Amino acid sequence: MSRARNDSRREFLRKSLSGAAFLCAGGAAQALAVPETTAAGTRSKVVVARDEQLRGSGAVVDAQLIRALLDRAMQALTKRDRAIDAWRKIIQPGETVGLKVNTLGGKGISTNVQLVEAVCERLQEAGIRPGAIVVWDRDSAELERAGFRIETGNERVRCFGTDRAGYEDELSAYGSVGSRVSKILTQYCNVLINLPVLKDHDGAGVTIALKNMYGAIHNPNKYHPNGCNPYVADLNMLPEIRTKMRLTICDATTAIYEGGPGYKPEHCWNANALLVSTDPVALDQTGWQMIERKRAQMGMKTLAAEERAPSYIVTAADDEHRLGNCDPKRISIVEV
Amino acid sequence: MFCELDTEIGINNPLDRRSFLKCALASGAALGMSGAAMRAEAAPASGDDARYLVEAKFYQKIENGKIKCKLCPRECKVGDRERGYCGVRENRGGTYYSLVHSRVCAAHVDPIEKKPLFHYLPGTIAFSIATAGCNVNCKFCQNWDISQSRPEEVPAQYMPPRSVAEMAKQYNCPTIAYTYSEPVIFAEYLMDTADAGHAAGVRSIVVSNGFMQQDSLKEAYGRMDAVKIDLKSFSESYYSKVVTGQLKPVLNSLVTLRTMGKWTEIVYLVLPTLNDSDQEFRSLAQWIKANLGADVPLHFTQFHPQYLLKNLPITPVETLERAKAIADAEGLHFVYIGNVPGHPAQNTYCPKCRKMIVERVGFVANEMLIKNSKCPFCQQPIPGVWHV
Repeated sequence: MSRARNDSRREFLRKSLSGAAFLCAGGAAQALAVPETTAAGTRSKVVVARDEQLRGSGAVVDAQLIRALLDRAMQALTKRDRAIDAWRKIIQPGETVGLKVNTLGGKGISTNVQLVEAVCERLQEAGIRPGAIVVWDRDSAELERAGFRIETGNERVRCFGTDRAGYEDELSAYGSVGSRVSKILTQYCNVLINLPVLKDHDGAGVTIALKNMYGAIHNPNKYHPNGCNPYVADLNMLPEIRTKMRLTICDATTAIYEGGPGYKPEHCWNANALLVSTDPVALDQTGWQMIERKRAQMGMKTLAAEERAPSYIVTAADDEHRLGNCDPKRISIVEV
Repeated sequence: MFCELDTEIGINNPLDRRSFLKCALASGAALGMSGAAMRAEAAPASGDDARYLVEAKFYQKIENGKIKCKLCPRECKVGDRERGYCGVRENRGGTYYSLVHSRVCAAHVDPIEKKPLFHYLPGTIAFSIATAGCNVNCKFCQNWDISQSRPEEVPAQYMPPRSVAEMAKQYNCPTIAYTYSEPVIFAEYLMDTADAGHAAGVRSIVVSNGFMQQDSLKEAYGRMDAVKIDLKSFSESYYSKVVTGQLKPVLNSLVTLRTMGKWTEIVYLVLPTLNDSDQEFRSLAQWIKANLGADVPLHFTQFHPQYLLKNLPITPVETLERAKAIADAEGLHFVYIGNVPGHPAQNTYCPKCRKMIVERVGFVANEMLIKNSKCPFCQQPIPGVWHV
């Protein structure tokens, strides 16, 4: 809310640098500021923030407008009047934060750079030093193709793929999953903020929050059979993921309702929205229904009719996993 | 896959020059090996190196720029910039590519008994190579760090087919072995290397799970001189839960290899409580005898806790002996016990006069008495390829 309205990327980086000098990274994890939403009986909130004018008169998302949209969403999620207070409810000064983006789809359908910049700004205002923020995905080249600039220095917001950091040597296992986890997740951050994209997925039905964690392990190709079920749910049970996952901000500025997860311009639409929640299951359930509504609008079959309904969402909410709520009756959707 | 009991340094390690030389020396110090292995170049970190890219041979182009892989029974449908289950084949703009041609992540000189092939050129050594990747995900895999990884996650060296053939010759290896991970998934490289080897007078052998489509099996393994198949169980349920594959296509592959006249041996890794019942051993032996014949060597090998099955104990030797006794009783002629150094069931006995005709200690064939493919005591023909 207090940012100048026309911050350029250069200014953003300059400000990132300016805040880099004194805080030390790697502090112990603070107590969660937001209650976990996985216990049975808890209602989950999903904020859907929209701005139909998000692109102004141009084709790309406007940096200031998306920052304002992010602020609205975070304030609604946390019931705070100021953006900085909203972030301080999520993040504690001194924490190290990983922003897991999704860049598989190149510039066409990846997490928006302007959105990530806005998140980084707000994190710094909330007391996170620039070098304690890592924007990451599986592969540096994919990050670059999506418009991110690789930055490995210790004083700026860092941005690189697991190809630069490597995977842990030891396996982490739960249920059907046994994987080596990205060292970015295990060694560079104690808080995980998930920044997926709202996408159709030819095998899994949809790929939003939970499935975005496929980009955190060395062997995602092994977990696509059976519509990724129960693999997605099992993967999100790995302690490296579950204990660090704090918030999901789904980029639905541009979304894809058919032919995903790759970029298919003919099936993309400007949803001009962000979905924000501390419950990734509820967020996935909500995002799935947005895709279904768009498919219906376009005269397409439901995912269930195509035998690819995302059954992993139900698994993630079951008594074994309890990663969140998928029952619409227990999800409060707040439109702002 | 649990294809071979790995006791050497380097199998699961990056093939840097030091480790390559270390294992080459370990395996071949007495064989007069030189430093020729150093010709291999260090692989770059990028996954996009054009040297390793070749268009895949077994796939179909389908709707919306996707492809359907026809290499193995999974028939992965792969969208643009995505990979199949194996992790080493990628759709780029509607064309499917292998990312692992000439991209060798493990290379060793091994005794052929280590594959194990007991009836194929005993006492010889095989120039053994692998790339990253596998089309199944066995929970007991001993080489999981290469088989369950994508190629860019595993350091590798550029070794084009002709250089592999040259190195095999230089190290006096009559065979090139495709092994360690799962050669199905580097079929194009295997085929080209086998051709280069044959042109140089070097044979090819493959250690595989046999989980392939029949057309790709015929074309790729048609170039092989001998095949070892890991038949991981005789139960579809086990294949589904423990292997993430299917039994039926593997059985089909064994029958096809038999029809093709390929020398084939079978390994059955025995896991306590999971595939060690009398009934399963009996069904297995009966199927082999009925469909492949009594002369196919069958190796019951000992499991060691690995990967995702560290909670199981080592297979008791008594279990392996029980399996062998059942298979013997069903009439199989050559049933071995593997991964138990010094066990008498590592030796070959004439099925007629019962005398020992090949003595093995560990991976070393100590004494080979077979002459002209016959038992020296009773002249019973002994199936196999015994001499170069």
